[in-house]
Amino acid sequence: MRGGQVSLDRRPVLRGIDLTVRSGEVVAVLGANGSGKSTLVRALLGLIPLSGGSTLLYGRPPARFREWWRIGYVPQRLSVGGGVPATIREVVASGRISRQSRFRLTGAADAAATTRALEAVGLADRAGDPVQALSGGQQQRVLIARALAGEPDTFVMDEPTAGVDAASQQLLADTLTGLVDQGRTVVLVAHELGPLEPLITRAVVLQDGCVCHDGPPPKAVGAHALPGHDHVHPHAEERPAGTLDWRPTS
Amino acid sequence: MIDLLQYDFMQRALVAAFLVGLAAPAIGTFIVQRRLALLGDGIGHIALTGVALGFLTGTAPVLTAVLVAVLGAVAIELVRARGRTSGDVALALLFYGGIAGGVLLISLAPGGSNATLMSYLFGSISSVTAQDVLVIALLAVAVLLVVTVFGRELFVLCQDEEVARASGLPVRFLSLLIAVTAALTVVVAMRVVGLLLVSALMVIPVATGQQLTRGFRSTILLAMLFGTVATVGGLTSSFYVEAPPGALIVLVALGGFALALGLGRFVRRNRPQESRQ
Repeated sequence: MRGGQVSLDRRPVLRGIDLTVRSGEVVAVLGANGSGKSTLVRALLGLIPLSGGSTLLYGRPPARFREWWRIGYVPQRLSVGGGVPATIREVVASGRISRQSRFRLTGAADAAATTRALEAVGLADRAGDPVQALSGGQQQRVLIARALAGEPDTFVMDEPTAGVDAASQQLLADTLTGLVDQGRTVVLVAHELGPLEPLITRAVVLQDGCVCHDGPPPKAVGAHALPGHDHVHPHAEERPAGTLDWRPTS
Repeated sequence: MIDLLQYDFMQRALVAAFLVGLAAPAIGTFIVQRRLALLGDGIGHIALTGVALGFLTGTAPVLTAVLVAVLGAVAIELVRARGRTSGDVALALLFYGGIAGGVLLISLAPGGSNATLMSYLFGSISSVTAQDVLVIALLAVAVLLVVTVFGRELFVLCQDEEVARASGLPVRFLSLLIAVTAALTVVVAMRVVGLLLVSALMVIPVATGQQLTRGFRSTILLAMLFGTVATVGGLTSSFYVEAPPGALIVLVALGGFALALGLGRFVRRNRPQESRQ
């Protein structure tokens, strides 16, 4: 994906961003609060409209993209709806939706993938519990399991480590290690990397809606994310269209 | 119960009540999950204009009510999807417009008065004809079909719209589907409990169910059970105590909710591993 602009309520949040994520990369989107990290990944997927530029998913604009099963989106938090309970298993199983056809019942493959996803995040024994009763870290695990259940090529995670206890963070790191070993692509938004740090192959640091660092993961994220930090990187020239491609128009 | 079934009008009323008790909570569960519990009320208000329009133009009020309710539901959905902050105010404006329009139009209709609207506002289940039962049955089947076929997608949509979009679901189509299905349900239930109480059947059984359940599927099934118990129970008791059935149905449903609230507390207290989390 490469470069676009987004305004929320007429306030520019992203000011022209060029970003191409290639298959197999593990990209961390870093930056201070309000730097536009979440907006970037959501705009990347076409979940919020661009006010300038364009975004491509596997070479296609989101409106004409049909292979949504290739993408597993993990939102910032689990929305528990209007109080109607849902079990952990029901939420995780809903991750299969982009692989299911409307008129066919949930099949054995769906059930098996759901069970695998539940086991991967260590919630298999609690599958029948309502998600409303879980702690923040456990709800985050449910969200990740939902994405895992869909068996996508690319994971897009919005702050998977925010407000998550150390044990859940380590579990997330282990899960991601497994995915990276299988060659999956991961884009994640993070405030702090914590145990995820060794996995990251590329860091994109945002500041005031612009990319201020794009390259190997900085050792001290804090210093790099600071305003005024001067960073010059040799950037690869024209690259072949990647997994997610975002190009500026005009 | 036996003497009750001797009357044709009562047989028809019971069938209608049963079907409405089944269909309203089925779609209501998704509406409550979507935090649109008052959607049914809004559509009900708007449907009143449709009823009055029917009297004014000499067409069947049910038909015009369906038409106007569907249009109103689509309008509500568009307003909801477009605006973020002023959405509830815009909805309120539609509600008032619906009632005012209904009262105005009925006064223009030949021989029409606010009294004509009363049976639609509060229901008139004992005057249900065989043809009405057929229409109610068809609409109820349509609602249940929508819930069965699109249930999985609607679950994702109502849980998190962004995730639904990122899963490639047709978000706009599904949102309109919910709105239109709700509108059909409102018109179906209009004859049973009346427009002012329609939403009660879409919301109270769901609120009752969720006191006792842990999952979505069990909530929707239990809500449908409670819905039918309330409609059939309320109607039956109205036959014996000679009170308006619409009011009794809603009060039976509310009684069930109060019971479930107490029972749910008790169940949760005896489920220690959950309360600890």
